[in-house]
Amino acid sequence: MEWDWNFVWEIMPTLIEGVKITILATLLGSVLAAMVGLAIALARRSPNKGLSRSVGFLAEFIRGTPLLVQLYFIFYVLPDIGILLPPLVAGVIGLGLHYGTYTAEVYRAGIDNVPRGQWEAAKACNLNARQTWTHIIMPQAIPPMIPALANYFIAMFKETPLLSAITVLELMNQAKSVANTYYRYVEPMTLVGAFFLAISLFSVVLLRWLERRYGRIEK
Amino acid sequence: MTQWSGYFGLILQGALVTIELTLMGSVLALIMAFLAGLGRLSRFFAIRALATTYIEFFRGTSIFVQLFWAYFVLPFVGISLTPLQAGVLALGLNVGAYAAEVVRGAIQSIGREQYEACTAVNLGRWQAMRHVILPQALLVMLPTFGNNAIELLKATAVVSLISLTDLTFQAQVVRSQTGNTLVPFTTILVIYFGLALIISWGVRSLERRMARGLDGVRV
Repeated sequence: MEWDWNFVWEIMPTLIEGVKITILATLLGSVLAAMVGLAIALARRSPNKGLSRSVGFLAEFIRGTPLLVQLYFIFYVLPDIGILLPPLVAGVIGLGLHYGTYTAEVYRAGIDNVPRGQWEAAKACNLNARQTWTHIIMPQAIPPMIPALANYFIAMFKETPLLSAITVLELMNQAKSVANTYYRYVEPMTLVGAFFLAISLFSVVLLRWLERRYGRIEK
Repeated sequence: MTQWSGYFGLILQGALVTIELTLMGSVLALIMAFLAGLGRLSRFFAIRALATTYIEFFRGTSIFVQLFWAYFVLPFVGISLTPLQAGVLALGLNVGAYAAEVVRGAIQSIGREQYEACTAVNLGRWQAMRHVILPQALLVMLPTFGNNAIELLKATAVVSLISLTDLTFQAQVVRSQTGNTLVPFTTILVIYFGLALIISWGVRSLERRMARGLDGVRV
């Protein structure tokens, strides 16, 4: 099987269409995961034992089961109870929920890493709960979280090919469809691999920078 | 009324395939992890470069793309793999790359004084690694290996897309034959979660066993 550059240029526009959807899904998924993670982290800190336990178990469950099956669940089971979602929306919800359970751990660790003394000092200065969070805890907790969060968003980006299984026309699906049309797998599949590799090598550089910039609080 | 018992048998068969894949993939991942992890610490530049390339390549592209590449592209260069072989290969190499970093990190976490003590008692490089460094590093690796094994278990769902009859594939069969979506997908989610619990429980008890008698030695 020869590598055919003409074929590569011919399928490029189709693949680029797919790349756009892949990036869109990653961005939307990241935003959702950041919010879901925060919600889970806060719910797990809630003094209400029932709430924190059940959210904790649910997060544990989502983290212990495959994303692909969760996507199927959202895409195939929800319509039965009347919620019909377009594939991309279902995919973004799946990504956001799944990675939200991971980002929740990042938030938890970040918040736990703020020394007890800071909470006590905030109380001593007579700050209320909201002021403590916005002025004392968050500014110290968030910067060290950034590299870890970015790490999960990159991981999510690499999982987006799974969306092709629920008929989202992202990069992998476009590659599969051109491969099936022309019965040439080498170029489309290799290009998809090369594309993901290029983005993740680039993101490794970005991560290193983020780690240097935010990784450690000044000692 | 649907005959559920027959379908449940189908799902159990799928569970066996998933377990088989997880076990074989884990074995390959473990071998690759030690090869590449130790390779990254090698004295020779060529070996370090080879190990780094392997790790970056397999961590940089997603498991899904690697699987499709192994299954659809390799036949064109003359290597035909059965779905099971392609699945084990892709899962093992992918998770092995992540676990290799765990091996490297754990070995590097062992204090300098241990190496110096090895030199002092005149152990060779290999002897030091085998008798002093690895036994201590193994305990550091174990918890993360457990997480890697769970990631591998979750990744096995992807092989259903190259027609391997694992849990997810069988759930799809049941869905298409019965039209019911809730029961098959909920069942397999619970099974996946159960398997993940078994892995984390197994790793924890292994950890306890290996840590026995080490209290006071390790800080």
